[in-house]
Amino acid sequence: MPETPDPVVPQLEGEAIRARNRRNLWLGLALAGFVLLVMVMTFIRLNTAAGVSDRM
Amino acid sequence: MTDALLVPQKRYATAVDYLNLMKPRIMMLVVFTGFAGLVAASSMTGVSMHPVMAAIATLAVALGSGAAGAINMWYDSDIDAVMSRTSTRPIPSGAVPRDEALALGLIVSGVSVMLMWLASNWLAAALLAFSIFYYGVIYTMWLKRATSQNIVIGGGAGAFPPVIGWAAVTGNMPLDAWILFAIIFFWTPPHFWALSLLAHKEYAKVSVPMLPVTHGAKVTRTQILIYTLVLMPVSLLPLATGLGGWIYGAAALGLGATFIAYAVGLSRSKAGGPDAEGADMKLAKNTFVFSIFYLFALFGAVLLEHAAGLHFPLVGA
Repeated sequence: MPETPDPVVPQLEGEAIRARNRRNLWLGLALAGFVLLVMVMTFIRLNTAAGVSDRM
Repeated sequence: MTDALLVPQKRYATAVDYLNLMKPRIMMLVVFTGFAGLVAASSMTGVSMHPVMAAIATLAVALGSGAAGAINMWYDSDIDAVMSRTSTRPIPSGAVPRDEALALGLIVSGVSVMLMWLASNWLAAALLAFSIFYYGVIYTMWLKRATSQNIVIGGGAGAFPPVIGWAAVTGNMPLDAWILFAIIFFWTPPHFWALSLLAHKEYAKVSVPMLPVTHGAKVTRTQILIYTLVLMPVSLLPLATGLGGWIYGAAALGLGATFIAYAVGLSRSKAGGPDAEGADMKLAKNTFVFSIFYLFALFGAVLLEHAAGLHFPLVGA
């Protein structure tokens, strides 16, 4: 069986790696922010619902 | 000249490039008008929204606007590369790959609509989704390169934020919300056509049928005046429904009269024409700049009245 050649993976240079790392950091922060927002909204909705049921 | 000067410098995308992809200046106007609608709705109906939920709903509007902007830049990257005004945008400058721009637009669209739904209600989320579709598909893909009325019909996309803000608070969209929509709708053509008088050669170069390209500068200047004259009574409608009070009324009259004065001056000028002088083009630029101030100030008056307890309507609210 003939061997398939290894795919050519482009090597990133220093500045490209640093730029990618910075982008990854921002992406991570954005994801964390999104999770935080959903969590906060869930708490507020639960509290509001609890307040409504208390008054019933 | 050496070859090194002719080859564009390789750029690596930064967070700022991705932010620019989302058209932050348009985003500011969208957020401002959306927030004004949200505050006015609360003040007019007495329905309150949790401040954190209101902040997240406003963020969702901002993200929705940014997502539509990214989709627009993805689709228009071919013509952006040719026009000098837009050639430094993230895609034509080589900082952000086209596919990434589309992915960003689609993902942020989904996130913004979801956030809006969680923070408020399905109606506001549906309106936000539709406004993204309106700008990203109806305007960008269907109208912009097809008709000289692209800005008139497409202006609806930018007019949605106050309706979305209103719906986020109350869950419905009454006449007052649509009046705010109408103000932005009729403001968009004179605002954008003033810019297109300055950039009509660039639009002609990429065959985008903006009004000055298809009908000439004179027709465009006349249309700017007509829309500005129509905008004046439309901007006074909030006085009739009680949405606007004395402060708003004074602002609408003063700002409207100034906008009309600019439009009249522009209609008498040669701006955008082949024999236009520097003063003519400066007037077109000043009209464009004033139009931005006009909308900020008008919605600022709405915000001031309803957020600061200065709402004294001429008719019973």
